[in-house]
Parts: sequence; structure tokens; C-alpha cells
Amino acid sequence: MVDKSLELFDCGHRACGGCGASAAVRMILKGAGENTIVVSPTGCLEVFSTPYPETSWKTPWIHSLFENASAVASGIEAALKKQGRLGDEKVLVIGGDGATLDIGTLCISGAFERGHDFTYVCYDNEAYMNTGIQRSGATPYDADTTTTPAGVRSMGNSRPKKDLPQILVAHGSPYVATATMAYPMDLMKKVERAMNTKGPCYLQVHAPCCTGWGFDSAKTMEIGRMAVACGLWVNYEMVNGKLESVKKVKRVPVDSYLQAQKRFRHLFKPTRNEEEIAKIQAIADANAEKYGIDL
Amino acid sequence: MTMQIMEGSMAVAETVKLCRPQVISAYPITPQTHIVEDLASIIADGKLDAEYICVESEFSALSACVGASAAGSRVYSATTSQGLALMGEVVFNAAGMRLPIIMGIANRAISAPLSIWNDQQDSIMMRDAGWIQVYAEDNQEALDLHILSYKVCEDHDILLPAFVCFDGFILSHVYEPVDIPDQKDVDRFLGPFTPYQRLDCKDPISFGMYATPEYYLEFRYEHDEAVKRAGEAFKKHAKEFAKIFGRDYSELVTKYRMEDAETVIVAMGSICGTIKDAIDEMRAAGQKVGLLGIRMFRPFPSADIRAALSNAKRVAVLDKNISLGAKGAAALEIKDACYGMNIPILDYIIGLGGRDVKISDIKEVVKLCEAGKGDMFYGLRQEVL
Repeated sequence: MVDKSLELFDCGHRACGGCGASAAVRMILKGAGENTIVVSPTGCLEVFSTPYPETSWKTPWIHSLFENASAVASGIEAALKKQGRLGDEKVLVIGGDGATLDIGTLCISGAFERGHDFTYVCYDNEAYMNTGIQRSGATPYDADTTTTPAGVRSMGNSRPKKDLPQILVAHGSPYVATATMAYPMDLMKKVERAMNTKGPCYLQVHAPCCTGWGFDSAKTMEIGRMAVACGLWVNYEMVNGKLESVKKVKRVPVDSYLQAQKRFRHLFKPTRNEEEIAKIQAIADANAEKYGIDL
Repeated sequence: MTMQIMEGSMAVAETVKLCRPQVISAYPITPQTHIVEDLASIIADGKLDAEYICVESEFSALSACVGASAAGSRVYSATTSQGLALMGEVVFNAAGMRLPIIMGIANRAISAPLSIWNDQQDSIMMRDAGWIQVYAEDNQEALDLHILSYKVCEDHDILLPAFVCFDGFILSHVYEPVDIPDQKDVDRFLGPFTPYQRLDCKDPISFGMYATPEYYLEFRYEHDEAVKRAGEAFKKHAKEFAKIFGRDYSELVTKYRMEDAETVIVAMGSICGTIKDAIDEMRAAGQKVGLLGIRMFRPFPSADIRAALSNAKRVAVLDKNISLGAKGAAALEIKDACYGMNIPILDYIIGLGGRDVKISDIKEVVKLCEAGKGDMFYGLRQEVL
């Protein structure tokens, strides 16, 4: 059972007001519990939570580099196993989408193929936010970022999100799930389940970034729920490669979710770009069909 | 003491076993492969109770060592050349995190052009990473330096990682008689690993926090001080090692027929063996030549070298590496160590990419040095330039 009162991520860190990632991490740790050793790659989370000599982490925590968190976790797991500590203590990686879907993918693939007993949680804010909103492999289609700027000849990011959860399903991961900080109980329960599943488990968590996406910092939860409501984010669980649960919704068009964020404003101003909006709607429709989310 | 004839790689693997690492993480690369194969067999046969992580790259090999060491286990890895280059970012990081990781380096040249053969460019390129670096002359020294390095690195006054360097193929693949120590002696010398700090849910701490400009300079200073202390710590632990094992490595530089040497050759690694033979022949012919071998390259034993060269009339430094656009790494350091001594110190870039260095080559270098010619690549085949 998740202990909702457990606080392992202390206040006073340097995250932006309304940061989806920091809220997600607080919930992730409630789900993980106190006997958790956390590995964080370089990124927003690492920087805002550990300016020496201060730390927000009430669990043991280690940061080595940007791309090696899964390999570091592999070593920790092996050491705990040899010391007879594994089980009593568990290993959890919490990293951003740049560290996870881009630069760290080789290390993740290696660690999952080897079958280490650990959980990897990616907080997905859909771009390199720490360095100033550059495109990552998790950036959605048409999003305006500082390296995929919308312009006369550009509609923003020209590629859809990389589907890392399914890549890790293909690695034979016993538990792969998606969640969002906008549905905290669901998130905490999924983390708890992943931590209690033997083998390498993966959870990708939608974590809206008010700074990078361009919305009011009071609306982080709302934006997160809108992503689910329109089908651009799907919450599901895959156990041993089979879809076990999916959050069903009475789907709304993608327009309201897109219009609420400055990263998509070029789709509406100066004129509404029907063709591009239709392409994004098609991504949501494909998600709905693939996972059967429509009520 | 029982001498056994075995391959250098196997001697290293058998010795690593005696050090009882709990986690070994490595990726195969020529000429390191026999070491990690032998260690895998040792574990598979139940002779060492360790986790062996077959990682997908050298980058992950050292990263896994970072995690395992931070979690409180004694760890081992081995690599060379391109593998070490790929590890690069982790090499610096592991040292900055002050983790006592021991890594064997079967020295090999760096691409391009691709070469699997020996020189020492690989470990030398990491000279600024904050690791201890020691270089073995023969296989006995290669295995002994593994044991000794664990002792030095795990010393709570030091807490650094170390490269134990031995020349690829020339040592790693050559059969030599070696004395593999007794397990009980190694246990007595090393004891179990007692980490200064570890990842532990009963006592949570944060590792690898980032430092603002108010702190970074001090972190680097403390790291540098630790590397500098490692020289004295090595001497101290080597004396204890000598009492148990009967072999004395307490000098950071080795001396051969240096008493009245006018021309001193300085070199590192297996080439020292060839140089000794050359010196014997030159001495027999009346030439006053000696050898100063560099056992420890980091920390650089400047004071020891300055003292050893105090009576030299000229110095020939043999570098199996080159800082392109400058000189060989050892020559640069020795010129710094001997600043103001007014002796000519000439550099010879030699044996790169596995080019064989023979006794006649050493004699030729001495001849060049005595004629005042140096700071050059030795043995260039003009016909292919």
C-alpha cells in the first residue's frame, strides 16, 4: 500500500513554480517507499534538487553523468545482490526524457537486456528543459522548441515522439507502464507495482513543463489531464508484453490541449493551420485505436 | 614461493581473484580480452564469488563500477585503447567522485589509424583525469601492482581510482614465470573493503551533487591534494607489501646501474627490460649509461626524479606516446621536474603502434643523445613518408 504521507523529496529545491517534474518526483518516491536508492542522470531534476551542499533527497541518491544512469543502477544492483541487501533495498532511476529517450538509450537497452532488478522512471517533459527547451526524441510533432523553432519554413518539430515504452516491451521487460503526474494515485500505484516486480521495469510519466511549454504555472495538473483527455497521452500498463490496463476517456479533439500551450501557438496564429492540426489529431486517433481508450 | 609459468593476462586475472572484488564489469577489447575471459571462467567455476556484469560498452563497464563502488563493493574492470577513450567521461567522473576503482590497462595505441598493438597513448591521454597511474615492467609487477593499488586506493586518506598499466601483447600475452601470492597473504594485506561512505537506505546521503563556482575550485583542490598524497601512501603500503610478499615496490622510480651514469635513459613499462639488456652491453663496452624507470606516472614523482637525475650529464626520455604538437608526456613532465638543473633532456617518440624496439635501437638512442640530437620520432621509415 502506498503511504501517501511519506515525504522523501524535501521542499526548498530550485524547481520552477508549477514544475510538473518535481511534483511527479514527490509522488514517485511515495510510491517507491523509503528503502529506495535513487539514481538520477544529469538534467533539471538533478540540478534543482542537489546544489552542493544542499539536497532534497531523503533517500540515498547518486548522480554520475547524463547518459549512464542505467549502467550505474546495474552496478548498484549487482553490489546489493552480492552484499545480500537487494530486496530490502531497491534501485530506482528517475531521469528526464533527454537522458532517457536520447543520450542514455544504449545504457538502458543494455541494462534491460541483462535483466537487472531495478525500475526506471522517466519524467517526460518532452524536451531538454535544463538547457533551455531544445528538442528531444520525446518532443511531440509540431512542437516549437529552441532547436526546432516554428518559422516560415518550419512547423516546429517534424517527427512524432519515439515510443520508448514499446522498445522496452520488446526487451522483454515484465512491467512497462505510462502515467502522468496529473493522476497522482495512478502514478503512485504504478511506481509501487514496478518496484515490486522483479526485473527491469519502465514507467514513462507525463510531466508538463510550464516554462518550456508556455502555460500558466497554476495549470500544470490541468494541462496533464487535457493531454489524457484528447488521447495525445495514453495511460496504460503492459505486463509481460500484454496490455493489462488502459485509462479510457471520453475523448475531446486535440485543439484545446494545443491551444493552451505556447509551443503550439503557430498552429493557430496568424491563421489556423487545419492541415497540421489534422495530423496531430490523427496521432491521437491512432493512439485511441491502438490502445482502445475510447469510452 | 612457487613460480608458475603463465600468460600475463591469466596472472592478472588470478591475482584479481585473490583481491576478492564483489563486482566485475568489463567489455572485451584486444589485447585485454584474455583477462576478462579468465575472470569469467574463474567466476563460472565458483573460484570467486562475484557478480560479473557483461555490459554493452566500455562506457557502461566503468559506469557500473561507479554504481557498485558507491554501493560499497570492491570492483574491478580492465580495458585498453578505444575502450578507455569511450569511457572517457566516466574516467573523470569516477575520480571526482573519489571511488577506489581498480582498472587494468593492457596498453594499446589509439585510432586513427586503427592499431591493436602496443604503445601507451591510451592511459597517457587520461593523465589529467585524477586517477593514480602505475606502469609495470614485467608480469610479476603487473599482478603485484593490482594488489598494492587496491590497498592504496581504498586508504581513507586517499580514496582514488587507479590504472594498473601493462603493455598490451608484450606483457598481456607473454608467458613468464610469476609468483601468484597465497590467498591468506592477500587477505591479510588487503582485508575486506570498508567504504568511507556508501549508498545505504539506513544512512541516506547524496553522491555526485553539482558544485557552484563557490565550491568547485575547492573540490578540485582536494582531489589534487589526494592524488599528490597517493605517492607517499604508495611507498608506505609498498613497504608493508614487501614484508608479506618479499617484493619491494616502495620506490616510485626504478633505478638500474645509475651509480655513475652520465647518460640516463628514462622510460616506462616493459621497454625497461630491453633497456637493461642494452645497458649491460653498453656498460661492458665502457659506456656510463643507466636507466630510470617510471613506475608511477600519477602522481608524477617529480622530487624522486629530480634527485635521481642530479648527477646525470644528459637524459634520453623514451616516450611511447605523444602529445601531438608538443612532446611525449614523460619528457614534458621531466623537463618540468628538472627545471633549473641545466642538463639536456632529449625526447624520443618510440615504439608507437607496436613498432618493435630492439637493443640496437636503445644503443642508437644513446648515441643520438650523446650527440645532442633528440626531441624527435625515433626509427621513422623515411621510405613510406
